[in-house]
Amino acid sequence: MTEKIGVYVCHCGSNIAGVVDVEDVAKWAAEKLGHQGVVIARDYKFMCSSLGQELIEKDIKELGLTRVVVAACSPHLHEKTFRIAAQNAGLNPYLVELASIREQVSWVHTDKAVATAKSKAVVSGAVSRVIENAPLEEIKVPINPNTLVVGGGIAGIQSALEIANAGFHVYLVEREPSIGGHMAQFDKTFPTLDCSACILTPRMVEAGTHPNITLLTWSEVVNVAGYVGNFNVTIKKKARFVNEELCTGCGICQEKCPKKVIDDVYEAGLGYRKAVYTPFAQAVPNYPVMDKENCIYFEKGTCKACEKFCPTNAIDFNQQDQLLNVEVGNIILATGYDLFDARRVSNYGYGRLPNVFTSLEFERLSNAAGPTNGNIVLRDGKTMPKSVGIIHCVGSRDRNFNNYCSVICCMQGLKFAHLVHERTGATVYNFYIDMRTAYKAYDEFYQRVLEEGTLFVRGKVAEVTDAARYSNERGKLIVQTEDTLAGKQRRIPVDMVILSSGLQPRHDAKEVGKMFGISCSTDGWFTEKHPKLDPVATMTEGIYIVGCAQGPKDIPSSVAQGAAASARVLDKILQREVALEPIKATVNKEMCSGCRICNGLCPFNAIAFIADDNVSEINPALCQGCGTCVAACPAGAISGTGFSNEQINAQIDGLLMKNLEPVGA
Amino acid sequence: MTHVKPKFAMYWAASCGGCEIAVLNTHEKILDVDANFDVVFWPVAMDAKYKDVEAMEDGSILLTLFNGGIRNDENEHIAKLLRQKSKILVAFGSCACEGCIPGLANLSPVGEIVHTAFNTISTDNPHEIYPRTSYDVPEGELHIPKLEKTLRPLDHVVDVDYFMPGCPPESHQIAAVLDLVIDVLHGRATLPPKGSTIGVGNSTVCDECPRARNVKAIKEFKRIQDIAPADPDLCLLEQGIPCNGPATCSGCNARCPQAGAQCIGCYGPAQGVTDYGARLITAFASVIDAKEPEEIDRILDGIPDPTGQMYRFSLPASPLKANREAFKAK
Repeated sequence: MTEKIGVYVCHCGSNIAGVVDVEDVAKWAAEKLGHQGVVIARDYKFMCSSLGQELIEKDIKELGLTRVVVAACSPHLHEKTFRIAAQNAGLNPYLVELASIREQVSWVHTDKAVATAKSKAVVSGAVSRVIENAPLEEIKVPINPNTLVVGGGIAGIQSALEIANAGFHVYLVEREPSIGGHMAQFDKTFPTLDCSACILTPRMVEAGTHPNITLLTWSEVVNVAGYVGNFNVTIKKKARFVNEELCTGCGICQEKCPKKVIDDVYEAGLGYRKAVYTPFAQAVPNYPVMDKENCIYFEKGTCKACEKFCPTNAIDFNQQDQLLNVEVGNIILATGYDLFDARRVSNYGYGRLPNVFTSLEFERLSNAAGPTNGNIVLRDGKTMPKSVGIIHCVGSRDRNFNNYCSVICCMQGLKFAHLVHERTGATVYNFYIDMRTAYKAYDEFYQRVLEEGTLFVRGKVAEVTDAARYSNERGKLIVQTEDTLAGKQRRIPVDMVILSSGLQPRHDAKEVGKMFGISCSTDGWFTEKHPKLDPVATMTEGIYIVGCAQGPKDIPSSVAQGAAASARVLDKILQREVALEPIKATVNKEMCSGCRICNGLCPFNAIAFIADDNVSEINPALCQGCGTCVAACPAGAISGTGFSNEQINAQIDGLLMKNLEPVGA
Repeated sequence: MTHVKPKFAMYWAASCGGCEIAVLNTHEKILDVDANFDVVFWPVAMDAKYKDVEAMEDGSILLTLFNGGIRNDENEHIAKLLRQKSKILVAFGSCACEGCIPGLANLSPVGEIVHTAFNTISTDNPHEIYPRTSYDVPEGELHIPKLEKTLRPLDHVVDVDYFMPGCPPESHQIAAVLDLVIDVLHGRATLPPKGSTIGVGNSTVCDECPRARNVKAIKEFKRIQDIAPADPDLCLLEQGIPCNGPATCSGCNARCPQAGAQCIGCYGPAQGVTDYGARLITAFASVIDAKEPEEIDRILDGIPDPTGQMYRFSLPASPLKANREAFKAK
């Protein structure tokens, strides 16, 4: 059958037409690709505009086009637009092919002749390919209304509450014993100086008691299978050694436990906890967990003080890790960040010089519920500092560590300056490279800290040392820095140094990303679908990212993202079903020799080996058309609809202009 | 009525002669060839002159088995000549189908090949004498064939009716094909569609391999001589031996894996495969069990000669055909 193909070349304003002679491309396609079935080729200012779409629809109806090629932007952007246009005109949407002459041509070339020639090749490839396209029907599957939220920091809590309040069920999974995340460790929040716990704990309690939220703390996701609307998630519920049904959270076990352990998670190493513990008083849930590594009973086989004193017999030393399976339709990842390890900047002396503190240590130090009851003191636990240096951009904006700006550290440094000033009256120096106080009421806070008398030194700190050169430096920490405003090197002796450390992707972000089928940027943050227009979605449908997992951000932005992702999830849930691209892989049983190379590769577990027939088989309900097995099959026995060998070979022939004359001529 | 037997020819171009031996290795079946055909041209078996072939009527040879790739202008001339004279032209054996071992010379410019042959340490050539394509002697001008830039499979030069792969094709497959042609002659069968690959199975070597196969996770590639002994019942690839069976067309009864050696791919690409080497690379890469790039590199380094592993038989027929230097050579 001879196809009737329409070719539409978009100017995209001057985006394409500025570099590509679009009229020439259209004229050329009509002339040179006529034998392939091109019956009409047009160029138009904006093909994606309604007028542009109407042009295509009209031609489909009047000229009886059976295939359409649109030479415009990347399929990523407007493939859907033109598919819908075709469908409106009665043509199967999968008989439309996009030739990317913007991203792949006009945006990457400056020479008009070269760009025009390349555009012709790209169009030629698309024409050859579209002939091989087959009409396909979308597959509709129901959406499971449950949602999984991974990470119980403020972003995850916000997401969970929004969805739960709308009446849908949420599984909120948290790795630590309590939800709350980093925000629960802070004393005050900038710029309003709200008490962090006071604004956070009501949300935590709400999430912990919400009838639509199943809270799974001390738990981790270990496997994700399925696809948008129908994910099957395996969650490991780590043994707490405390029966949650019986525990009332009275705290007697913690009181009686004889084993003290340095708390390097919640208290940042500044305080102690017991071997059986809740990380902090307002923890949600309030059931403690047993730290098996440090428990005397697990170590030596005797003790069981907690068991003896527990009034409800809730201690259970035989508890095992449990694997739970949950079915959800959508997943929100709110896995947060790790704090940059300040030890890595060895010249700032953290870990070596006792009175150099990290930002998280300072948060605990200044917290009224912290190890010093909010007294800002030196490492000896009693001396109040008379002078404090706060170093910004530790581990951020630094080619030796992370190039990116961690966003929150300037405001964090200002908050510290204010707290030190308020609580100790010490002289405070802020060492900064650039002061970044964007967003509402942030710069006003900077002005306030300036007015309070904090001293600002603009320049990168070279070193923090205790090697005194002058008498006034003796017994002090000396901050050696460039002062770019004064144009000189300075040595400033202080009692205490606080490192405003940057944020880093979670140490296991890559593995987590892989498990959920999403990618990370080169820095390691999860990659959003579109940096501006789709900041909480990912390239994997049904998976959303919120909060610092996506990149450094402050609390308001994290909360906004948490809510945004929930809106996206609710939108999906309320659609009740989702249309899946009918792009599926199938095995040709005749050609399959059962070599089993594909068996372990499918990210969606869609491939099964049928031992009786010695062939592998793909379950179309599970297949997502990712193409992994198609590429891997050494026998070429697996083909993917939409990406058949015929289509790809035809496209290559087209690109190489092998299609210009009929074969054999 | 005198019965005129149909004519049969066999030719070798750039090849080793193994294909001819494989034909003779059909034992008494070769008598059927003689009984049913008039062998008119077969340089390895009988004396014949090119001019005799040139004098034949076009299309007068019913069946020509052409082995060897096209490496020089003589090969090309005879390929075109036999195409013209033959009704059925079969690219016979791996060299004619896809270039085979001689095709690996496509990794080097032709000058380098000649240099290696005539002026390296193993060659005693103090006067640096190189072959010339023509030479004047008192009797006149002598010619030897001119090497072309690259070796090409037969179908890159002439239209080919059937492809019969193998290095060499297995004798039982040759016998079956001869039987088929004889059956066609007697009206008992019909020829397969033009362009078919004949004398093969419809799957891959794994299909004929009796070794047990499991989900694969390769942590190390090893040469077979470094494993002593390999598990005789387990898939070789799973034991880390780069076995080409998964991408290779079936038809040989998995002779090498059955004998304890890895398949090296002489039967060429399976039906669905366009670029044999690319298929194998992606397949091997897919089952490497490592996450870190350095670890993946280390595992891949276990394949010391990737081109030789992946394209040992198929380089000239692959979309790559040859390396750039070979193409650019004068």
